[in-house]
Amino acid sequence: MHIAVLVKQVPDSEATVQVKADGSGVEIEDRYTLNFFDSLAVEEALRIKGQGGDVVVTIITLGGQKGVEALRTGLAMGADQAVLLDDPAFAGGDEYATAMVLAAALKGMQVDMILCGKEAFDDSSGVVGPLVAEFLSMPSVTSVVKIQLAPDKGSALIEREIEGGKEVIKVSLPVLLSAQKGLNEARVPPVMGVMKAMRAEIKKLDLAAIGLPATVVGRAGSKEEILRYHRHPQRPAVTMLQGEAADIVRQVVGLLKEEAKVI
Amino acid sequence: MAGAVWVFAEHQEGKIRKTSLELLGKGRQVAGEVGAPLIAMLLGSGVDALAQELTTYADTVYHWDDPAVALYNSEIYCQIIAELAHKEQPQIFLAGATFLARDLFPRLAGRLKTGIAVDCLNLELEEDGLLVARRPLFGGKALADVVCRQGRPQIALVRPNTFSLPDAQGPAHGTVVRLPVGVDPAHVKIQVLEVSRPPKERLDLTEAEVIVTGGRGMKAAENFRLLEELADVLNATVGATRGVVDSGWRPHGDQVGKSGKTVSPKLYFAVGVSGAIHHVMGMDTSKVVVAINKDVQAPIFQYADYGVVGDLFEVLPLLTKEMKQGTGKG
Ligand SMILES: Cc1cc2nc3c(=O)[nH]c(=O)nc-3n(C[C@H](O)[C@H](O)[C@H](O)COP(=O)(O)OP(=O)(O)OC[C@H]3O[C@@H](n4cnc5c(N)ncnc54)[C@H](O)[C@@H]3O)c2cc1C
Ligand SMILES: Cc1cc2nc3c(=O)[nH]c(=O)nc-3n(C[C@H](O)[C@H](O)[C@H](O)COP(=O)(O)OP(=O)(O)OC[C@H]3O[C@@H](n4cnc5c(N)ncnc54)[C@H](O)[C@@H]3O)c2cc1C
Repeated sequence: MHIAVLVKQVPDSEATVQVKADGSGVEIEDRYTLNFFDSLAVEEALRIKGQGGDVVVTIITLGGQKGVEALRTGLAMGADQAVLLDDPAFAGGDEYATAMVLAAALKGMQVDMILCGKEAFDDSSGVVGPLVAEFLSMPSVTSVVKIQLAPDKGSALIEREIEGGKEVIKVSLPVLLSAQKGLNEARVPPVMGVMKAMRAEIKKLDLAAIGLPATVVGRAGSKEEILRYHRHPQRPAVTMLQGEAADIVRQVVGLLKEEAKVI
Repeated sequence: MAGAVWVFAEHQEGKIRKTSLELLGKGRQVAGEVGAPLIAMLLGSGVDALAQELTTYADTVYHWDDPAVALYNSEIYCQIIAELAHKEQPQIFLAGATFLARDLFPRLAGRLKTGIAVDCLNLELEEDGLLVARRPLFGGKALADVVCRQGRPQIALVRPNTFSLPDAQGPAHGTVVRLPVGVDPAHVKIQVLEVSRPPKERLDLTEAEVIVTGGRGMKAAENFRLLEELADVLNATVGATRGVVDSGWRPHGDQVGKSGKTVSPKLYFAVGVSGAIHHVMGMDTSKVVVAINKDVQAPIFQYADYGVVGDLFEVLPLLTKEMKQGTGKG
C-alpha cells in the first residue's frame, strides 16, 4: 500500500506578519513550522503503517527551501521517502495551480491513499486537498477524525466532523482524506529520526519531470489574483473595569446595552 | 439563465441554515447590482416547504428532490450541480463557509475550472461584475482582496454571521423548478452511512449570535454549569479553549480557535481564557468581546472591548443575575 501525505511549511502562529504600507504584500517573520494539520496527516499515515503489511509513506510538498524543512520533519517522524516539487515556474500559484502540480506529481506514483491537512495555517482555504482529488478523479473526504481501513484495504470507514456532530462514510480506495484535530496526536520526532532525516535523500521534481505545460502552473495557471492586502482592522482600546465585582458587572451590562447595543 | 447569481441553500433539521439566508440577502443585493436573477439551489428529499420558503428570497429555486440527495454526498452533489452550471453558466455562486460547503465547493471549482475564495469576510462588486472577496490570511493577521478573472462562476464561501439576515420576507414571487437527479452510480465511490447530530437547542458555534467561552480558568468540567446558566439567559452557545478540550471538560466540537472553529458572533465572552494567539485567531472577528480574567496582564484583554478584572466564580453568578434582570428574563 502506498500512502502519500501532502505537507506544507507554514509561518508559526506566533510569527509576526506585517502588511506592507502600500498593500502590495506581506512581510513574514522567519519562524516556520510544519503545518499543524499536516503533522496529524503524517501521524495517521505512520499509524496505518504501524498496523502491519507492506505500507510505504511518501511525503510531498510544493515549495523551495522552506518545503525541504517540512519534508525533513516528516521524515524525522518516520516517513519513508520525500518528494520536493520545485521549479521557478511554480511561483505565484494559487490553490488551483498548486493542486494542479501536486496532482500531476501524484499521478505517476500509484497511490492508494492521500492524506493532507484540513487547511494550511497561512492561507487556510482548505482547498488544495479536494482539488488534488478532483484532478485525480478520486473521492475526497475532508475534516476527518477517524480512519478505519477495511482488512482488504480496498475501502475505509471514515468519520468526518460536521457542525455539532459527525458523519460516517464508507469510501473506496484510492481516496484523499483531510486531517482534522481529533484524528490523533502527532508524535514529536525522535532524536534518531531527526538525525536520519538530515541525511535522507530528497527526490526533486521540476516542471519537466511532472510533464505539465508551464501555462497551467504558477501564476499562469492560477484562477485567482490578489489585488491588495490589508491589515486586520484594529479593535478600539479596551475599557477595563476593576473593583467590586457587583459594581463592575452592573457597569459591563450597562455598557453592552447602552454603548455597544448588543443585548 | 446565463449570468445568474446562485446561492446554495443548505438546510438542517427542516430549516434553511441561517448562513444561507444571510447569503440570500447578500445575493439579492449582488444580483441587483449586476442586473441578474437570483437563484437558490436546494437539494433534499421531502423539503417542498423549504423550496416554497425560498421563493420569497429568490427569483428561481432549483430543487432536486430525490432520496439520493437526502443526505449530503460530495460526489452526487458535485456531479449534479456541475452539470447544471455547465449548462447555465452562472456568473457568481455564493455559499456559507460550512463544513458541507468546504467539502463540496473546492471540488466543484475544480470541475468547473474556476477559482474559489473561502472564509470571506466581505464581498464587493467592481463595475465590470468582478467579485472582490476579502479573506483572512495567517489567521486574520492580514486580509487579502482576491478576484477570479480566469473562470466562471466566481465562487465565494462566506464566514457565517458576516452579512445580516435579509429583511422580513416579502411575498413569494419566485418559481420552483424541479430537477431530476440523474446520477451515474459508476461515479459514486462515497456512501454516507450515518449522520449523527445530537439534537441541540442552541445554534452551532459558527452561527451563534452570542458565545460564552470558558477557558482553563473554569478549573473543572462541572463549573461549566455557570457558563450554561449565563448562556441560557443570553440564548448563547457555549465554547471552549483547546486547554479545556484537551482536559476532556468539553467535546472537541466546542473548541474555538485556529485548530477548532472560527466564530464571528455579535457578542463573545471569554471567561478564564488567557488569550493565546491560537485562540484569538478563531474569535477575532467577533463584533464585541468581553473578557473576564483575574489577571490584569492576561493577553485576552488586548483583544477585548470590555475587560472585567475579577474572579470568574464571583463574577459569573452576578453577571447571570444582572443579565436576567437586564433582559427581562428574570
Ligand atoms: C493569486 C495567488 C497568488 C499566490 N502566490 C503565492 C506565491 O507566490 N508564493 C506562495 O508561497 N504562495 C502563494 N499563494 C498562496 C498559495 O497559493 C497557497 O498557500 C497554496 O495554494 C496553499 O493554499 P492554502 O494555504 O490555502 O492551503 P490549504 O488548501 O488550506 O491546504 C490544505 C492542505 O493541502 C496541502 N497543501 C497545501 N499547500 C501545499 C503545498 N504547497 N505542498 C504540499 N501540500 C500542500 C496540505 O496538506 C494542507 O494542509 C498565492 C495565492 C493566490 C490566491
Ligand atoms: C498548533 C496549536 C494550535 C492551537 N489551537 C488552539 C485553538 O484552536 N484554540 C485554543 O483555544 N487554543 C489553541 N491552542 C492552545 C493555545 O496556545 C493555548 O494553550 C490555549 O488557548 C490556552 O487555553 P486557556 O486560555 O483555557 O488556558 P490558560 O492559558 O491556562 O489560561 C487560563 C486563564 O484563566 C485565568 N484564570 C484562572 N483562574 C481564574 C479565575 N478564578 N477567574 C478568572 N480568571 C481565571 C488565568 O489568569 C488565565 O489567563 C493551540 C496551540 C497550538 C500549539
